[in-house]
This record gives sequence, C-alpha cells and structure tokens, in this order.
Amino acid sequence: MIRSHVLICGGTGCTSSGSQNIRAHLEKELEAKGLAEEIKVVQTGCFGLCALGPIMIVYPEGTFYSRVTDEDVTEIVEEHLLKGRVVERLVYNDGAGKEVVEEHVASSLNDTNFYRSQKRVALRNCGVINPEVIDEYIARDGYMALAKILTEKTEPAQIVDTLLASGLRGRGGAGFPTGLKWKFAMGYHDDQKYVACNADEGDPGAFMDRSILEGDPHAVLEAMTIAGYTVGATQGYIYVRAEYPIAVQRLRIAINQAREYGLLGDDILGTGFKFDIDLRLGAGAFVCGEETALMTSIEGNRGEPRPRPPFPAEKGLFGKPSLLNNVETYANIPQILLNGADWFASMGTEKSKGTKVFALGGKITNTGLVEVPMGMPLRQVIEEIGGGIPGGKKFKAAQTGGPSGGCIPASLIDTPLDYESMAAIGSIVGSGGLIVMDETDCMVDIAKFFLEFTVEESCGKCAPCRIGTKRIYEMLEKITEGKGTLEDIDTLEDLCNHVKTNSLCGLGQTAPNPVLSTLKYFRDEYIAHVVDKTCPAGVCKSLLKYVIDPDKCRGCTACARVCPAGAISGKVREPHVIDTLKCIKCGACIEKCKFDAIYKK
Amino acid sequence: MKTLAELQAIRDSMKDKVSLREGMSGMRVVVGMATCGIAAGARPVLSAFVEEVSNQGLGDKATVTQTGCIGICQYEPVVEIFEAGKEKVTYVKMTADKARRVVEEHIKNGKVVTEYTIGAAQN
Repeated sequence: MIRSHVLICGGTGCTSSGSQNIRAHLEKELEAKGLAEEIKVVQTGCFGLCALGPIMIVYPEGTFYSRVTDEDVTEIVEEHLLKGRVVERLVYNDGAGKEVVEEHVASSLNDTNFYRSQKRVALRNCGVINPEVIDEYIARDGYMALAKILTEKTEPAQIVDTLLASGLRGRGGAGFPTGLKWKFAMGYHDDQKYVACNADEGDPGAFMDRSILEGDPHAVLEAMTIAGYTVGATQGYIYVRAEYPIAVQRLRIAINQAREYGLLGDDILGTGFKFDIDLRLGAGAFVCGEETALMTSIEGNRGEPRPRPPFPAEKGLFGKPSLLNNVETYANIPQILLNGADWFASMGTEKSKGTKVFALGGKITNTGLVEVPMGMPLRQVIEEIGGGIPGGKKFKAAQTGGPSGGCIPASLIDTPLDYESMAAIGSIVGSGGLIVMDETDCMVDIAKFFLEFTVEESCGKCAPCRIGTKRIYEMLEKITEGKGTLEDIDTLEDLCNHVKTNSLCGLGQTAPNPVLSTLKYFRDEYIAHVVDKTCPAGVCKSLLKYVIDPDKCRGCTACARVCPAGAISGKVREPHVIDTLKCIKCGACIEKCKFDAIYKK
Repeated sequence: MKTLAELQAIRDSMKDKVSLREGMSGMRVVVGMATCGIAAGARPVLSAFVEEVSNQGLGDKATVTQTGCIGICQYEPVVEIFEAGKEKVTYVKMTADKARRVVEEHIKNGKVVTEYTIGAAQN
C-alpha cells in the first residue's frame, strides 16, 4: 500500500543538475530500507524553480526539498521517509510559509512566495504527473475533453465559439485570437488539411514550451486532435527543436501510448474519427519559429519565410489549408473545453484573458518558470514571486519578449503584464521570456547582445533584415567602443524604423525593437557613450579605465606580478599606478588585490 | 479503447493514486514515527491508517502522514488528528485494530473515540 509519493523533477534544468542519479540512488535506498512497497518514486516535469534544482517533493506533506545532493538522499530516506522527521536543513524556505505552517508541516510548496500567487493552467500537470505514463494524465481528466467532443459529436462551430468566447490568444508571441484562427482554418475546404504545433521555441531565455512538452505532452496531443476534428484535418505535425532531446523523447513515448490506447490513429474512441501526429525536428534556426518558415521546413525545404497572404489557413503545409498554434496555446485548450469559456475568461484582464507563463531569468533570485493571471503587475512578478534582485542591487529594467521585444524601465515597474499594456509602452508579452537587469547592466550592451543574435539568425532572404540588422549591430559596436557620435544615434534610429517596416517576416520586423525601446527609455545612456565616452554601468570594456586608489594601495606588488601586460608599476610599500596605454582591461589585478584598491571608471 | 466509459474507468481507478499529490485535504492524521514510535509498533499503525482510509474511499477527507517524536514516548505509538477549526485529538498506545476503529468512527463519522485518547489514558 503506497502511503507517500516522492516526486523528482525530470525537466531539463534538474536533469542537468543531476536529478537522474538522485532518482536512481533514492530507489536503491528505499529498496534497502524495505520501503519500496510503501513509497513511490515519480519522475515529473518541471516544477518551475529551476535555480534550486534538483528538486524533490514528498507528498502528502508537500515538503519541498531543493538542491538535493546524492548524500542528502540517504538522510532524507533515513529521517523523513522512514522516521517522519522532515530534514529541515534541506527544505526550501523563503520565510513566506511561516505564519501559515502548522507545527508539523515544514514549508509546503504552495506556501512559498514563489508559488502562492501563481495560477497554473497550462502548467497544471507539470511537476504533478509522470509525463511518461498516460494513465496519470487521464487521472487528471486527460483526454476527457476529446472523448466528450467525439462521442457527443459536438459541432465544430460550437468548439470555435467556445474558444472565441474564452478570449484565448496565441501564446507564441503575436497574441492573435485562437478561436478566430480556428474559424479561418475551418472555412477552407480541401481533400487534405493539416494541424501543426509550433514547438520551435527560440527566444533566448524562454523555455515554457519545453517544460510543457517535457511535463505534460499529452495535453498538446489532445488539443491537436481536437483541432483536427474541428478544422477537418487528419494529420498533425509537431515541429520541435532537436536541441530539446528530453521533450522529443517524451513526445515519442506519449504519441505511442496514445496510439496504443486508440486516442490517436484510425477510428479514435470507436467514433470513426481519424487523426495522427508525427514529429518533425528542427535544426535550431530561430527563423523557423515564424509560421511560414516553419511550414517550409516541415515540407523538407530550407527554412525561409514567404510573404503572407496567402495565410496558412488558406495555403499552408504542402499548399493545403493548415492550422498552426504554439505549445502553450494548445495546453490551455482541453482545460477551456472542460471548464467552459467563462471559467477561462474570468482570469486576466478585459482584453487579455487567462494566464501566461513567463520564464524569469537574468538578475533575479528565483530563476524559473511562473504562470500568473494576465495583468499581474511586473513588480509583483519580480519582487514577490521572483524574490527580487540578488546582492542588494537595484532593479534597472526588464526585457520582455526576447529579441523581438522591448525593455520596461524601473519607472514603469507597475505596468500590468498583458498584451495591451505591454504594447502601450513599446514592449510585447511575446513568448514570455522575462529577463531582469540590474544597475550593473549596460542597456546599449544589452541591445547589442540581442542584435548579435538576430544577425546570426537572419535567414538572409530579404535585404532589410539581412543587411539592416548587420548595420545596426555595427553601429552599436561603434557606440560601445566609444567611437560613436550624436549623429550616429539618429541614423541608428532611422535605420531601425526602416528595417521594422520593410522586412519580410516577423524576425526582421521585430529585430530592431530592443534598440528602439532602449533608445526610448535609456537615451541618456547612449549619449553618455558617445559624448562623455563613458559607460555608466561599467560594462563596455573600451570605455573603462582601471585605476588604483593611492589611499588604499599598500604597495604589496600582487597586482604588478599578476598583470599579463606589465602595465602596473610602483615601488614596494608605495602606491602603484596603471599605465592605461598598456592595460588590456582583463581585470586580473582587481581579483588579486586584497585591499579593494583597484576599480573601474 | 473504444468508449468514453473505458476512459472514465481508467480515470477513476487512477484518480486515487494521483490524489496523494494534491496535498493535504480535510483531516490530517499524523503518526509519530521516531525511533520510540517505531519501536513501540508505529509502522503497522501507519499502514493500517493508510490502508483503511483508502479502502473506505476517504482519501479526499483525510490525509495520513507521519512525524517525528511528539515527546510523550511512554504513550507511543501516538497518533494525532488535526482538523481545521477543531481542537487536535491525540490518540495514544495505538494498534492496527485501534487504528481501523478510529478511521471508522472518527474520520468517517466524526465521532472521537474517547477511550483511546490521551485524556482517557491519563485518568
């Protein structure tokens, strides 16, 4: 008789911090202690708090162990699982749970600041079920929406109406109403139609789609099958990055299990409805996240976009009417159909309904994945859920929407995270990447970082993007090297607007956004680079000078000995000086100095 | 799988197995499982609670869990039952049989088995 479940995260984050070994060790220890019959070990998808992995949760108590090591496993088995004494030193505790925790329950997962304000819809099964066991998905009402629709022969138009009424919008970035997309795809007739899933998640820092595929793959399969029934398609494709090996493997397992259960294939649930799903692996080109490039790639051609119209609903995959949605969008759909449009529409704001998953990264305490109702102020996500900026530093800005998005400066930290509010301040919700920056980040450098990415990823088909992004990057490089002029800033802005309006696809149309939004909110920083020739955040190497404070220097000679360029001179027990002409700004002297006498200015 | 009924059957049989992960529900039955408790026979008591709660289908009403030493070792095995808004009930010198009666009377029907409580033992 099973009395306790031990959940171990098998997502990519925790797997790379060693959760597979922990699981093997745990199973061995349980066997040795004769607890194998009482305690079940379950591998799950991502819990969201990736910075604290490997993560282990013991139910029914809900005890949340973080950064578990191999040695800790022995102690957890001996103390907690055998004797019932929670191993306090390993319990994640952010101090939030204290007042609600009763005497015997040490910090349950749901009492932490990180989880308390979250609302999990798309991630509802991530970190709860074993993604490799279809029965666990079914236990959580999995495939119920599909089964009801098929057996009750629900009118496709009615499904579309439910989606329209729910207000669900595409979670991949563009925020197009999902119901409308389905309606368009339904409206075109042909002998063959397709349903596709965009799992080519490419924004640096965003990993919600990966987590859903790894933690709850069946939700995507179920939603795609419903989509097939609704628009009249019999074949689905999931375009997933080959760099997501765990997601690919779990999808394969899930597809096979669904086929075995008769939930995919010919004659699904005995209703005569036929639908199957195959995987197509992407080679990692960012542009393939763009819908027309993605479809071209599935067809076996080089991933390049083409002009729209015709839109995929009319001429998509193999020239046939096709429906394409993002992973997170699909993950919401079975829930909407089970709980009704009103339930979904009750969350979020007037025009942005439901929840959104954000990937928190950068200068933030709780790096990880969070799902919150649309419209939650950025401040709450960063300060409460994210645990603020580490090291007592000050919040400077947040970049939303990755390389296609913009930045939100500290003065706008109370902006609600929804489609309209983000657009109003020149940023986007995008796919949900949220990179936090503190006072030590240079905004020009950040813009340069994203442009470097888009230059690499531009497919080269159209000139504005191929040449424009490269020229933008070169101008940013010039500015960060202290060679820019005020005129360059104006030219830069003009060029950005030109690339934005003239590029063929979303990649080029959004690539200048990081530059435009930093120019809008941090223009003074650009000016400091070109006029004063300084980098206020102390990042841009060419503009920095290494200086020794003569009051603090004791003349120990440590810096002079470590300097690879021989740029430091001085007598023993007398203040040293750095020859800025010889200095290569490597920073070795700062690390070596015991008296904090060397600084950058 | 050919029907909705078959799918529902799988769901219902699996639901109990996964519900453990939804966290604490209703009453919390806490069995003292420190060295003293285990030595006094807490393990069969814990198993009896887990089994009986599951057999009677009370999984959504009570959660069985364990804890360390409660501090009254002479009364082990000790079982405490917590319920929101109510005084906690402490059962002492428990056995598997007593456990089954507590499930039946206290957890299922809400009637404290006074004769097993610490109050009765001290008098």
